[in-house]
Amino acid sequence: MTATGTSTGTEPLPFPGLREVPGTDTAQTRKDFTSDQEVRWCPGCGDYAVLAAVQGFLPELGLRRENIVFISGIGCSSRFPYYLDTFGMHSIHGRAPAIATGLATSREDLSVWVVTGDGDALSIGGNHLIHALRRNVNMTILLFNNRIYGLTKGQYSPTSEPGKVTKSTPMGSLDNPFNPVSLALGAEATFVARTVDSDRKHLTEVLRAAAAHRGTSLVEIYQNCPIFNDGAFDSVKDNDTRDDAIIPLRHGEPIRFGREGRLGVVRDPATGALRIAEDPADADVLTHDAHAADPSTAFALSRLTDSGVLAHAPVGIFRQVEAATYDDSARDQVHVASQGTGDRREALAGLLSSGDTWTVV
Amino acid sequence: MAKQVQQLDRVIIRFAGDSGDGMQLTGDRFTQETASFGNDLSTLPNFPAEIRAPQGTLPGVSSFQVHLADHDILTPGDAPDVLVAMNPAALKANLGDLRRGATVIVDSHDFTRRNLSKAGYADSPLEDDSLDGYDVHPLELTDMTVEAVKEFGLSRKDASRAKNMFALGLLSWMYGRPTESTIAFLERRFASAPSIRDANVEAFRAGWNFGETTEAFSVQYEIKPAPMAPGTYRNITGNLALAYGLIAGSTQSGLPLFLGSYPITPASDILHELSKHKRFGVTTFQAEDEIAGIGAALGAAFGGALGVTTTSGPGLALKSETIGLAVMTELPLLVVDVQRGGPSTGLPTKTEQADLLQAMFGRNGEAPVPIIAPKSPADCFDAAIEATRIAVTYRTPVMLLSDGYLANGSEPWHIPEVADLPVIDPAFATTPNHESAKGDPEFWPYLRDEQTLARPWARPGTAGLEHRIGGLEKGEGHGNISYDPANHDHMVRTRAEKVARIARDIPPTEVDDPLDEQGRGASVLVLGWGSTYGPIGAAVRQVRSAGHPVAQAHLRHLNPFPDDLGDVLRRYDTVMVPEMNLGQLSMLLRARFLVDVVGYNQVRGLPLRAAELAEAITKEITR
Repeated sequence: MTATGTSTGTEPLPFPGLREVPGTDTAQTRKDFTSDQEVRWCPGCGDYAVLAAVQGFLPELGLRRENIVFISGIGCSSRFPYYLDTFGMHSIHGRAPAIATGLATSREDLSVWVVTGDGDALSIGGNHLIHALRRNVNMTILLFNNRIYGLTKGQYSPTSEPGKVTKSTPMGSLDNPFNPVSLALGAEATFVARTVDSDRKHLTEVLRAAAAHRGTSLVEIYQNCPIFNDGAFDSVKDNDTRDDAIIPLRHGEPIRFGREGRLGVVRDPATGALRIAEDPADADVLTHDAHAADPSTAFALSRLTDSGVLAHAPVGIFRQVEAATYDDSARDQVHVASQGTGDRREALAGLLSSGDTWTVV
Repeated sequence: MAKQVQQLDRVIIRFAGDSGDGMQLTGDRFTQETASFGNDLSTLPNFPAEIRAPQGTLPGVSSFQVHLADHDILTPGDAPDVLVAMNPAALKANLGDLRRGATVIVDSHDFTRRNLSKAGYADSPLEDDSLDGYDVHPLELTDMTVEAVKEFGLSRKDASRAKNMFALGLLSWMYGRPTESTIAFLERRFASAPSIRDANVEAFRAGWNFGETTEAFSVQYEIKPAPMAPGTYRNITGNLALAYGLIAGSTQSGLPLFLGSYPITPASDILHELSKHKRFGVTTFQAEDEIAGIGAALGAAFGGALGVTTTSGPGLALKSETIGLAVMTELPLLVVDVQRGGPSTGLPTKTEQADLLQAMFGRNGEAPVPIIAPKSPADCFDAAIEATRIAVTYRTPVMLLSDGYLANGSEPWHIPEVADLPVIDPAFATTPNHESAKGDPEFWPYLRDEQTLARPWARPGTAGLEHRIGGLEKGEGHGNISYDPANHDHMVRTRAEKVARIARDIPPTEVDDPLDEQGRGASVLVLGWGSTYGPIGAAVRQVRSAGHPVAQAHLRHLNPFPDDLGDVLRRYDTVMVPEMNLGQLSMLLRARFLVDVVGYNQVRGLPLRAAELAEAITKEITR
């Protein structure tokens, strides 16, 4: 199986994921994608960093701005489309993937992006997310995961660690969190990645690969909420801890990390399970294969994520495989069926008078 | 034996049997034969929600009623003249509906002790006096069928399954139906199983021949073709006509049709039908749920497609929030609700008109939505085109309220000329419509047409028209988020006014009120909407033929009402409103016009009975 892009960021345009989207020769800058609306997130919100990265990255695509559409649900991050000078729709809580599915299926000439959060995508909209992923509709989903409900002022979310004390859970939350990457891989998503709001370079690299992918790309972005869940991702951000916490995934490279590279992901020969080992021999360290047809190893990697304080979290592209997309196939059916239809109104007249008819003179 | 031929002007026949007996197919074939013969007709399929309820039981009974006549008729009829009952349960479940003296044909093979007891009969009704007053013909339908098809080597079980075709053959003989189309149909349907095909054709022929030779039936009936306007006709169900109307709406507007739908009884056939017509540029998306179905349709509408979603009452409830978003974003969207008995899961396969208030008000906030209702199966075609016209012209979601009776019932349809269908102009925005403070051209997505108050529809991909829409309140004109109190008040009123102005664009109320010799009209007006058109029309005819004047009008547009409706209502001493609900249109009329209308309400899951309604109208007139 061949991949449609790599995580190195060095491959030239055009992006295969955007094959039918018209490009432009006019040079674009970040300013071209900045709307005239005042950004209204809280000071210090991770959303600013992601917005800046996206606005900075979009000119790289070289697409006509009017052919880019951002669709969001409800939540802090879902205000995103208002700040981009493209087409956009701020829709309903949880439903953005469904709305984007209709748009992407009926318009192959658009670059379709979904902006969603952990509550939007995984709680109220969980059903639409998994079905978009299994259908593999050509769109890129940016899942801002701050592990809390921000816009409703601080209830726990479906990615909050167990026991989370919030306004709605004064004695601690009771339910186990979703791991968005595991969930996406369980739905056999064809592109699944994780990145961090504060790492502009990595974020841009992942966005580039996600846009290049034909099919549904799911990008989980660890995003800090300074008001209701500040520090939730400190372990993967602080200089002291991040080298040991982030398990970097790069296709074709051994998964070695930690200070002086003393940690590595190895496969237990007896059980086949993955685990983190100290000072493993080079031969024992797992080489990351994002292009493996079977998602099992990618899933096993995703399970190395802590559900609590994130002592460890793999970051990078877990899976990137090529597969038929729903929207391409749906358009193909219409295209094949339309061969020879000829004049639509004549064909309509034929349809209306099909079947058993009789004539009264 | 030469049989006597007797002329009839009309007959109502009901085929009834177990869910697995093929009664729907039998009724449908008899209907097709009748249509091609040229009678006017109206049908009423009636079947359980269970795919195969326990065999031989009352809940498992499935029936198909067809009314045929040599003149224009409006309903499938109240009381059958003929019942074909394939088992004791079918007899028991349907006997009470028959007119006294009706012909009853039963398959006596199935009247075993076990089957009788399953149907709740202590003794066989064929052997006591419970069928006195009916013209009963117990026939060994199963045995005769098995005997007729023995040469094809089928098991007894498989052979006996052709008994519905034997019954169809017999009824086809009795009423002089043409047989070619049924034989051609059977040959097509069972082409891949020659012995089944041959057995069915043979059973059908054997049934016909039995009628011709038996002494049990001495009379063959003749019902002449009904006079109809010149043209080409076909028989059509409401769901099929609605699907065709949607395709026509797409063709006539030049917009590709995108259907987002989740299967639900009784609307699924529209999804099935549209999925066959991709050659018209139709995309059908079977979504993960009702919400995704309408969400995808709205997404496609944002992209410039004719977005459609089809559902029934429970599904409509789930779609409410997205309809609200379509109201707010002012995008064209068709929401088809094929109403069924409610609340909750209710009566999935039965008809009702109890979603009118849900369609009207079932959303948060002030969220006005135009509502259109077809009045007959064939009228679903025109209603779908009208719904498309309003949605596209006014940039609004439109509710199209069909129901289970229209969906599955059928009638002859005078096939229209495509050239006569309305042309719908999507009038997409192509250029900026405003100037910024700096004097640069810009696009304001909520700058409205002064006449219609419709906003511009700008497709993604149109340079210079980049804009953002969404569920938050918009500032008038520029469309940016606005929490300004005066703006919200203005926008709420503007959205209401936009829908209200559609009244300028629809025909006035058509009132049928024949004047008597003194030039006087009626004092009672019967006003209906949707599928009650047939029973109301039939009842009005009965009342008039008894010498009582009565006026009739029927609403296609439920929101907004035609501009003259208030005046029309006030012209009459009494306005009677028959509905298959507890008075939903009545409530709207009272609220809007302060006219104390009289309701006539039934929620039996079945169309209104014309005779009962006629009695109620007469009572109102002579009160």
